Amino acid sequence: MGEKIIVVIGNGMVGHKFCEKLLAKTDVFKLIVFGEESIRAYDRVHLTDYFKKSGVNDLYLSDLTWYHENNIDLHLNDPIIAIDTAQKSVQSKHGVRVSYDFIVFATGSAAFVPPIPGIDKEGVFLYRTIEDLDHIKEYAVHARKGAVIGGGLLGLEAAKALVDLQIKETAVVEFAARLMPRQIDDAASATLQNKLHSLGLNCLLHKSTTQILGDTKVAGLAFSDETSVEADILIISAGIKPRDELAKVVGLATGHRGGIVVDENMRTSDPSIFAVGECALYNEMIYGLVAPGYEMAEIAASTILGEQKSFCGFDMSTKLKLMGVDVASFGDPFICEPDARTIHIEDKNKGIYKRLNISSDGKRLLGGILVGEASSYNMLLQTVNNNMPIPEHPELLLFHEKASSQPVGLGLDTLPDNALICSCEGVTKAQICDAVIQQGCENADGVKKCTKAGSGCGGCIPMVKDLVTYTMKQQGKYIRNTICEHFDYSRQELFDLMKIHELHTYDEVLDNLGKGHGCEVCKPLVSSLLASLWNEMILGKGNDVAQDSNDRFLANIQRGGTYSVVPRIPGGEIRPEKLIVIGEVAKKYNLYTKITGGQRIDMFGAHVNDLPSIWEELIAAGFESGHAYGKALRTVKSCVGSTWCRFGLHDSVSFAIKIEERYRGVRAPHKFKSAVSGCIRECAEAQSKDFGIIATEKGWNLYVCGNGGSKPQHALLLASDIDSNTCIQYLDRFLMFYIRTADPLTRTATWLNKMDGGIDYLRNVVVNDSLGMAESWEKEMQALVDAYQCEWKVAVNNPDIRKRFVHFVNAPSEKDETVKFEEMRGQKKAADWNAPITY
Amino acid sequence: METLSITSWKLACRVEDTIENGGVCLKLEDQQVALFYFKRRNEWYATQNECPHKRQMILSRGMIGSLGDKPKIACPFHKKTFALDTGECLSGDECAIKTYPVKVEDGFVYIALQN
Ligand code: SRM
Ligand SMILES: Cc1cc2nc3c(=O)[nH]c(=O)nc-3n(C[C@H](O)[C@H](O)[C@H](O)COP(=O)(O)OP(=O)(O)OC[C@H]3O[C@@H](n4cnc5c(N)ncnc54)[C@H](O)[C@@H]3O)c2cc1C
Ligand code: SF4
Ligand code: FES
Repeated sequence: MGEKIIVVIGNGMVGHKFCEKLLAKTDVFKLIVFGEESIRAYDRVHLTDYFKKSGVNDLYLSDLTWYHENNIDLHLNDPIIAIDTAQKSVQSKHGVRVSYDFIVFATGSAAFVPPIPGIDKEGVFLYRTIEDLDHIKEYAVHARKGAVIGGGLLGLEAAKALVDLQIKETAVVEFAARLMPRQIDDAASATLQNKLHSLGLNCLLHKSTTQILGDTKVAGLAFSDETSVEADILIISAGIKPRDELAKVVGLATGHRGGIVVDENMRTSDPSIFAVGECALYNEMIYGLVAPGYEMAEIAASTILGEQKSFCGFDMSTKLKLMGVDVASFGDPFICEPDARTIHIEDKNKGIYKRLNISSDGKRLLGGILVGEASSYNMLLQTVNNNMPIPEHPELLLFHEKASSQPVGLGLDTLPDNALICSCEGVTKAQICDAVIQQGCENADGVKKCTKAGSGCGGCIPMVKDLVTYTMKQQGKYIRNTICEHFDYSRQELFDLMKIHELHTYDEVLDNLGKGHGCEVCKPLVSSLLASLWNEMILGKGNDVAQDSNDRFLANIQRGGTYSVVPRIPGGEIRPEKLIVIGEVAKKYNLYTKITGGQRIDMFGAHVNDLPSIWEELIAAGFESGHAYGKALRTVKSCVGSTWCRFGLHDSVSFAIKIEERYRGVRAPHKFKSAVSGCIRECAEAQSKDFGIIATEKGWNLYVCGNGGSKPQHALLLASDIDSNTCIQYLDRFLMFYIRTADPLTRTATWLNKMDGGIDYLRNVVVNDSLGMAESWEKEMQALVDAYQCEWKVAVNNPDIRKRFVHFVNAPSEKDETVKFEEMRGQKKAADWNAPITY
Repeated sequence: METLSITSWKLACRVEDTIENGGVCLKLEDQQVALFYFKRRNEWYATQNECPHKRQMILSRGMIGSLGDKPKIACPFHKKTFALDTGECLSGDECAIKTYPVKVEDGFVYIALQN
């Protein structure tokens, strides 16, 4: 006896959070919770996922046994209907009566239903509870056209749900002149509308609905401008209305537009009654987001325990993903001249709009809007919230975002310790760093377990990741890039382990060194390591299914599901007879032909069924696989060199062929390319290759780690005036060093960029043998070279492998009839991607 | 009211036509169905062959694997992943894929396209 009782009315997100917060502080109270819904508290923010995930199980905020374990009495499906404040007792619908010391109202809100004639027709739904979603799901089966009244955050969420339910056309009807009127401006709305339109959502703005059409069932909406739209399912999402009906009956003070009035300690007009979440009206404001609700739960729990904490408003910044489109709004998104200076960029092509509002002195960021690309949201929000100085050219903050959540000029070290990183759970930078330093968390998952950061809306996870890396680096800790959930090793560690244990198949590797059943990340990675280690035929039993599609079918997959055929043409040199064979094969199998940027010929558009016969014919004419599909040597380009060219110093073609034939088939972390030029005029563009060789008066200059692609980088000189054998010796060492130590999918240029000591270090390792590895690397490379065999030759001669090249196993001779080509300049081309699904 | 119809099994292929820990494509009643034999887990799954992302007839050529305990398939084009048991999309907002019941008897695989 003598135990004090807190009655919590409402088992929604905030009511549940209140219980958690209180239990974390004390166990002197007995908690009794009443919920009106028939299931325990769940994640309303991710309500729409209910259609996608395995039902409500993924959404629950606690385990089934949580309430019991914490000695909480939970009454579901039993709302409180009366409170006797004089006797201090509550009564539920099903007649449970309990006395209380404190009450916490967490009754949330309900959808506001505008009084439009016909709104009670069949087929009109709300969007707030699991039950609402069940009704919608059931009805949607027979619906073809949908509409949502309300173009705010929740309305768009509801519209997305209709799209997920495969409703063919959905219209969003908004009274204001733009979408999400409380979060974004007109230009941002226009960008968002365009994006949503391409995903099948039609936005009708500036529309006031006058009537819901249809007999008994909804058939459409009529608007005040005499237009109308058809719809046989309608969701109302025109705003929220706090659930204050019980509070009114009890006589608690409420606002005239609804909401239970609370002070900064979350106390209502009755000192033993508190209100938190969406039913609470603080400073004339209802906070319709979960983060402020959680903060209120913290304040109420503290106040009940006599701690001094008060609520002082809350940041309403939000970031969300609507049908794959990022939308964020932070700080004061609308403030403009003369109170602020605004900068905006708009990229109609990519569907990006960004706006930053800068203080008039140009020193601080006040707020902004991001549509289409919002990876810097966290850092920008921190900049506003912590009143951090911004760089001299703030417009730079709008670019360079892809790489990390840390834009130019704003570093994590300038962020103050008390910066709030996870606003849902109230976790600061200091707490996250502490989790890393004191509690040994080494990744975002660990930090989530320790601090709960990132367990709410999840928006802060990129920032948490950056902070973990940053803190670990500061600690001088080695950051391990582990592969995926199935392997707790870096690529390099796995390479060594596989070698020591002599593992030869994917399953052996997984069984010995990993856990679970593999995935599309570790399978190709392990396959590539197996190939680099043993250079065995990559389609050996069991290993075929662990190859990326291109490796598995020894060809690059194209739009439509056909493949390309690229025979090796070493150095780009080819005899006329072989050219004729290519022409004949291409004609026979109706393939598109093109000279590639790698000095060879690509034949596109081969059906999977035809690949073996095509290759059989090519092989018979002396061709072999060009490995255009593998993370392997691509081409060694050559210029014509001293055999014809008046400037040529050496025979660059012969040397290119020799090199291409040496390293063909060798698998590496990424593809690698080379070229040999006969003089410094550099017609073969050797300095843009992973390794490039240029003839000099005295021998060859060897350049390494160049790259074309999206971030071109010139190769650097590794050694000069060396003879052919030394050149090959250095290349063997260089390539083995790269193969053994580079991260997956890292080209040599990026590998070098990350290497401490850069080219000087690399030269020391390769030329001066500073690691003492030269001999064993040269041996390893020679073993790979000796093990080479043309994969296509093996494939066409092995009936087991060959029979895999069919589209239908139960109709092997039939081709996929969905593959479509179009005509262009007398050849065929792949038809464009199919339009997105509409059922 | 809807009536409950009885599962009608279609003979798909022989077990030896399938690929261990991989997929094959079948033509069944003019539909393309991807059939996966997840040998590591001793499980069979059948789904539509079309990837909803760019509507390519390709899922049978994807890689299977697991996410936690969930069996999944990754499309070879852009590596979108889908749960093999429920069909839900595990990456991004693509819509779910259809899944079909599978049974194996006497060395033959059967798939139920409607039930
Ligand atoms: C066919 C070709 C274009 C052409 O018509 O000329 C081509 C076509 C493709 N390139 Fe390339 N690249 C081709 C020369 C190049 C070149 C030029 C060169 O090699 O001299 C470059 C820049 C040089 C470089 O790599 O440093 C080039 C940089 C890329 C990149 C970017 C690599 C990077 O480091 O950033 C990719 C993407 C990747 O590999 O991840 C790529 C990827 C691709 C893929 C494989 C895309 C894919 O996965 O489907 C294309 C498929 C070809 C196919 O189906 O057969 N391709 N690609 C060229 C084939 C050369 C060959 O004979 O093998
Ligand atoms: C589709 C959707 C998407 C959202 N997306 C976001 C988002 O991205 N970010 C964000 O911050 N917020 C979002 N929200 C808002 C967020 O869900 C709410 O802010 C949050 O749920 C509020 O919690 P609450 O506990 O105050 O109310 P609720 O979660 O609504 O819980 C109140 C509970 O009390 C019950 N109740 C009412 N009266 C009684 C009574 N008399 N007796 C017993 N029980 C009673 C109700 O049935 C309900 O279960 C979204 C909301 C929806 C619907
Ligand atoms: S540049 Fe791009 S589009 Fe052109 S072939 Fe290379 S990858 Fe394909
Ligand atoms: S087509 Fe399947 S992921 Fe793009």
